[in-house]
Amino acid sequence: MSVAGRVAAGSSARTGDRPFQLLLAVMAAAVPLIIGAVLVALIAAASPAIQRFGVGFFVTSTWDPVAEEFGVLPFIYGTLVSSALALLIAVPLGLGVAIFLAELVPGWLRAPITFFVELLAAIPSVVIGLWGIFVLVPWVRTTLEPLLKSTLGFLPLFSGPPLGIGMLTAGLILAAMVVPFIVAVSTEVMRAVPRAQREGALALGATMWETTRTAVLPYARSGIIGAIFLALARALGETMAVTMVIGNVPQIKASLFAPAYTIPAVIANEFTEATSDLYVAALIYAGLVLFIVTVAVNALARLLVSRVARGPAQIRE
Amino acid sequence: MQTRTPALIDHTTGIQAQDVHAWFDRLHALRGISMTVPERKVTAVIGPSGCGKSTFLRCINRMHELVPEARVSGRVLLGQENVYDEAADPVLVRRRIGMVFQKANPFPTMSIYNNVAAGLTLAGERDRRKVEQIVEQSLRAAALWDEVKDRLHKPGTSLSGGQQQRLCIARALAVSPEVLLMDEPASALDPASTLRIEELARELANDITIVIVTHNMQQAARVSDFTGFFLDGELIEYGPTNDLFTKPRDRRTEDYITGRFG
Repeated sequence: MSVAGRVAAGSSARTGDRPFQLLLAVMAAAVPLIIGAVLVALIAAASPAIQRFGVGFFVTSTWDPVAEEFGVLPFIYGTLVSSALALLIAVPLGLGVAIFLAELVPGWLRAPITFFVELLAAIPSVVIGLWGIFVLVPWVRTTLEPLLKSTLGFLPLFSGPPLGIGMLTAGLILAAMVVPFIVAVSTEVMRAVPRAQREGALALGATMWETTRTAVLPYARSGIIGAIFLALARALGETMAVTMVIGNVPQIKASLFAPAYTIPAVIANEFTEATSDLYVAALIYAGLVLFIVTVAVNALARLLVSRVARGPAQIRE
Repeated sequence: MQTRTPALIDHTTGIQAQDVHAWFDRLHALRGISMTVPERKVTAVIGPSGCGKSTFLRCINRMHELVPEARVSGRVLLGQENVYDEAADPVLVRRRIGMVFQKANPFPTMSIYNNVAAGLTLAGERDRRKVEQIVEQSLRAAALWDEVKDRLHKPGTSLSGGQQQRLCIARALAVSPEVLLMDEPASALDPASTLRIEELARELANDITIVIVTHNMQQAARVSDFTGFFLDGELIEYGPTNDLFTKPRDRRTEDYITGRFG
């Protein structure tokens, strides 16, 4: 066979690449397309409310279906504060568990702990919500809130009657729901830190904890931040469990004991009973706002992170 | 070459291994090594892959025991003190016995400066002026100062492979170790960078005890005063480098250095 013939045969064997590349390109294009389609559908369905309330929708605190006056400020507040509270609790807790799992745990104990962490992530949110109503809420009302009030009651954050139902409980339950994400992802990125990095610190006379702090955490930084983003996204969008314990009152109160409301919760609660077209449009507009808030928070967080922290640069070979 | 900075070195000591055994789980990797490493000399440890030379090095600064299921027995004297004494703290042992690894491992999120200062920060040194001074001395001692003095706050990983390895040497020197262990420090480097590391090892041996593991016999011959030949977890022969390479006493040493195996 001639050389040219062999080359030609080789190229015809490779024609399988074309359709495969095309297929992958279509798959990759599907993601932005779906996002675009959701956005367009939301805007279209919300347009009566957008025309009526405009940008004022974001900064108005009235939510009055009877008078058909709608504004989502308290819902935005409730969504952001409950998620922030959740991260405040879940990040240290989740990182602690992850460090334990990645650095300290004896081999035989790793599997059971990992199993329970994954189990926590697998519990349906409505079940967590039930647990919240029957166990967490009474405990917060009779134990946690009175304790916070008696010790830190001078702060507006911990003032007012201990109701059990409210922002604090929502934050706690969200924390329980996002901890598994932080643990699972952070453990993996920490375990992926090369042994040479740990040994570099140990050889300098670092203790176990110093090694974690100087060699492991900085190296795993970008992955841990990714884990926190994932947790944040979950917390912002979580509906069921939050609805069941937050109290569902659209108000902005300094106290974490007070009931509040979130955007996902109001959509879930009121969509079936929304009778007028404007009411439905307002709820969809609220959904659009959640979309915007989520994207904005993520973008902001990313921007912040890229300013202060970069991942490990590639080590040159 | 930079002038050395004796101020960096408090004092140095020799090492005496006495009947050191090491295991990985059930694998008996070192079978009773007894070897005296003189101070202010370069001592090379050579041998084929899997002979236990790196394990021996890692037994000296108690790094071996960090591997799960790994065990050590015997004594390693640093000066007069047994590093495996009941009362000995491995963390303090490692502060006195520095180590440089096969692949350069600078901390990738830290600047050149912070990499060198890392050990000082760990040791609790807060005096900025002192830290600055020691960082400069260490970088000079590692023959890297001139190349990095204008970019101390760039990431350590922005350096070339050879420079990164010298950065790691500077990092190890900054905590004033009494002994420096080098585990095949040039095996990932090009010939020019290898030569610089070798020159550096020779230079440093004026102030500090150096043990270097290498699979490269020419390197051992170029750089060391004494050489030990390891085979299957045993020290087959140990003596002045010149003697070991020119008139080996053991048949196995001769076979190895003449290239009959390994």
